Amino acid sequence: MELKHLNEYRDRDICRKIVEKIRVAARKEIRLMEVCGTHTMSISRNGIQGLLPKTITLLSGPGCPVCVTAQGEIDGFIKLSKMEGVITTTFGDLLRVPASESSLERERAEGADVRIVYSAFDSLEIAENNPGNEVVFLGIGFETTAPTIAAAIIEAEKRGLKNFSVVSANKLVPPVLDVLMKDKRLKLHGLICPGHVSVIIGAQAYIPLAEKYHIPCVVAGFEPADILQAIHMLVNQIQKGESSVEIAYRRGVTFEGNNRAKDVMDKVFETCDADWRGIGLIPQSGLRLREQFLSFDAEKKFDLSIKETKEPDGCACGDILIGVKSPTECPLFGKTCTTTHPIGPCMVSTEGTCAAYYKYH
Amino acid sequence: MCLAVPMKVLHVEEMTADVDIGGIKKRVRLDIIEPKPVTGDYVIVHAGFAIHIIDEKEAKITLGYLKEVLACGTETSQ
Repeated sequence: MELKHLNEYRDRDICRKIVEKIRVAARKEIRLMEVCGTHTMSISRNGIQGLLPKTITLLSGPGCPVCVTAQGEIDGFIKLSKMEGVITTTFGDLLRVPASESSLERERAEGADVRIVYSAFDSLEIAENNPGNEVVFLGIGFETTAPTIAAAIIEAEKRGLKNFSVVSANKLVPPVLDVLMKDKRLKLHGLICPGHVSVIIGAQAYIPLAEKYHIPCVVAGFEPADILQAIHMLVNQIQKGESSVEIAYRRGVTFEGNNRAKDVMDKVFETCDADWRGIGLIPQSGLRLREQFLSFDAEKKFDLSIKETKEPDGCACGDILIGVKSPTECPLFGKTCTTTHPIGPCMVSTEGTCAAYYKYH
Repeated sequence: MCLAVPMKVLHVEEMTADVDIGGIKKRVRLDIIEPKPVTGDYVIVHAGFAIHIIDEKEAKITLGYLKEVLACGTETSQ
């Protein structure tokens, strides 16, 4: 099947050649982090770590939105789904994440109206078609997703929809990268920056990080040749002692980003402190609704009062999310925690580091 | 979650576009993209929204570079 802008970057011979170039260039121990969960999946699916010289280690970062959603927030989602007359709408990944006592999937099996949607806009249409119900969209995602949720809220206001609201558990990538850079255990030499977050925020968003921590940052696409090209660019920078921001995904990403999407996001949301699963509170790393849009805030509308909760015993998701531990170092991995019976979020989400390891290693 | 794929634009209306990937057709929103795409463009689609028009010129440059990589150093691999 012809898939333009995808198949060209899956060519085995090209990938092999880039790997050769990396082998020639990499002369010292190099530790790189791929920040984005979609990169983690592509790296595992395409066996990229295995192609690289032993001196290069790839660590997975906190780039899976489901995985970094605090358990207290998921408890709040579950509380919401149990309310009379509420239709809870969500991206599919969130359904199976176990919270303190239940999951959305279990609540659905017990009669809650929980629906999987492909877009925040689908949720808005469900609200329009069910005027007797309250329809809530569980807004989790990074800068790629937040503008789509903001656009749905603006449209809901335009259409005068009173039965549509959103839980804003959106999170921002640059603040968490700043936290990771301060973690002395990681000893990172370079960052493979997320491709689709960068479509929105632009590669310029990493300049402060590159300058402050002298770390090379390269934005990568998602096909094997894209990722290998980014690794090659990082290795070149590291060998030369440089630390600049580059783009290995120029067909998709600019330095400036998508200004229209940024404006829409900014119109609806303002930054706030946010709790990241396994990492804790990070200042100004979340998004909440601006005052003008508070009537669409499900947390206020339904008094969810989200609280902090304890992680499951033995689960190492917290350390795995920041690259300090690999999944195989978790005592539960592959034993009590599998993709069929996941305990932590990293095993639930299709983009979770544990799920990727379990499936492909 | 930040999964997004390039899809070909078939038809554009004020706030929506019909797009195609490998024969699968979808309708996507254009609320967060400026300028709007035109028929024949490829757009990156995330969660039902077009978020970027693929830069064909940049794609050609990248592919040209990758082909160069493939051409040079062939002797070292044999």
